[in-house]
Amino acid sequence: MTLFGWGVLKGMGVTLKNFLTSYFRKPDEGGIFTVQYPEEREKPVENYRNFPFLVYDGTPEKIRCVACGICERECPPKCIHIEMELDAAGKPARKPAVFDIDHGLCMNCGMCEEVCPFDSIFMDHAFEVTAPERQKNLVRHKKELSKSNEYFKKIRPALASAVDQKRKAAEEKKKAAVPPPPPQSAGGQAQTTAQGPQ
Amino acid sequence: MRGVEFYVDMIFVTAKAWILALLGRFLPDWLIVLASITISGVAILCLGPVIMMYLTLLERKLIGRIQNRYGPNRVGIWGLLQPIADGIKMFTKEDIVPAKADKIVHLLAPIAIVVPALMIFLVVPFGERMTAVNLNIGLLYFIAVSSITILPIFMGSWASRNKYSLLGGMRTAAQMISYEVPMTLAVVPAIMMSQSLATNTIVLAQAGDYDLHWFIFTPWGLVGFIIFFLCATAECNRPPFDLPEAESELVAGFHTEYSGMKFALFYMAEYMNAFTLCAIAATLFLGGWQGPFLPSWMWFFGKTFVLICVMIWFRGTFPRFRVDHLMGFAWKFLLPLALVNILLTALWQFTSNLAAWFGSILVLGVSLWILVRLNRAFVPEKRSYPLEG
Repeated sequence: MTLFGWGVLKGMGVTLKNFLTSYFRKPDEGGIFTVQYPEEREKPVENYRNFPFLVYDGTPEKIRCVACGICERECPPKCIHIEMELDAAGKPARKPAVFDIDHGLCMNCGMCEEVCPFDSIFMDHAFEVTAPERQKNLVRHKKELSKSNEYFKKIRPALASAVDQKRKAAEEKKKAAVPPPPPQSAGGQAQTTAQGPQ
Repeated sequence: MRGVEFYVDMIFVTAKAWILALLGRFLPDWLIVLASITISGVAILCLGPVIMMYLTLLERKLIGRIQNRYGPNRVGIWGLLQPIADGIKMFTKEDIVPAKADKIVHLLAPIAIVVPALMIFLVVPFGERMTAVNLNIGLLYFIAVSSITILPIFMGSWASRNKYSLLGGMRTAAQMISYEVPMTLAVVPAIMMSQSLATNTIVLAQAGDYDLHWFIFTPWGLVGFIIFFLCATAECNRPPFDLPEAESELVAGFHTEYSGMKFALFYMAEYMNAFTLCAIAATLFLGGWQGPFLPSWMWFFGKTFVLICVMIWFRGTFPRFRVDHLMGFAWKFLLPLALVNILLTALWQFTSNLAAWFGSILVLGVSLWILVRLNRAFVPEKRSYPLEG
């Protein structure tokens, strides 16, 4: 028979140990693992995803998006709105004139990233999106959504370099092949569907 | 010629005497008496809330460390201004009274609960010659006043017209009345040995070589202290005896329907009660302000804060009691043990040194063994069902 109240003392010993070790142990050894957020931050995880952005190469005019509208149709809460830009002759310029995403509707699912055949829309890492007003800036426009390829490489290096390699390979293949037929079947389909809404 | 220690020890007493001497130049004698009362009163009225504010911070810090967190550390250095921020928040909050509540009682309860909490400060000996009122029935006064606390809590719970509040209030009444009995009986040995009810005299009875003849260093003192301290934890509704508030079952118990400053008053009373009960425990069994080398008030506050830290440590460690276990613990374990302890004190008083130690350890051991055996939980025989499965 153990002494009456021994379990109580043992429990108190555990908490006392935890209290004392919290002063000198490192986080992974059972110490305090709080990260004091605004001053210190945890290392971002590459696969973290939050709100989509559009990738451009070099300048914002060379945006990868061709306004095909696949993401617009696939988006579960229907928060994307795209309008095709028309050139002087009135023909589609394969560029978005309007690209809006409603921040109030977007649920950060990442479907748009998955369905995009042009590697132009990806999920961002920007989670600090607080604003002082409620109604303004809830709809993000093309200008705010466009971010450079360098930024993409910075936040998600592995994915960005893989995408870059793929695009490079596709380009070389395109150069080597005869120009008229589309190089990739997927790309070709996407282009035909892009004409759909027009 | 007196040493420096004496003046450090008497720093508050001297300060008060100096202020009174200064006032004595302009004021008549009867006003000086009034001024003396006012100075002590103001000191206590400031001390209570300030202690309560910083106890909340201390508690949050210690619990945080126990749970591997930092605790509040944003407002001011080490979060030292956190209690003030909390106070401002409480003051600016909306005061909500339920539509069907008994408005007058609902208002009176938080006011009434602070009064006994502050009144106990009167008989606490903060240091040598630092008891506000040296009542010769100090301990009786403490027991009487501290048991008033039940009433405001029940008032608040009844007036809220909320079933959770009412359940919490009922539990409070049951728990506090039950724990009052072993607590009062645990005090008796200290009264027997010091032959006085005055808190200051009880402290003086614990003087000796190096001022270390504290009651806790005797078997009856140790047992009495443990019983008293457990009952004190139950008296101020602190975990693991926090059934009246039990947030997992009763939302917040008796103060479910209170908000803003009224809630803060309940909170304040709870922490001030925790402080005074620890102070009385230190006075009765840990020698009060007695102790070598350091000034008396430093000893007193040191002992009290150690006890408060133990209370917080309890909170960080134990889950809540079940209601029947709680009651059983008070009536079936603490109460008989307190009675045995009184017997033990008499034995100690009337036997010589070695026989006293031997006899009391024997009596204690036997009674503990019997009590543990009697309190053993009933475990029904494990039934087997042959046709099952």
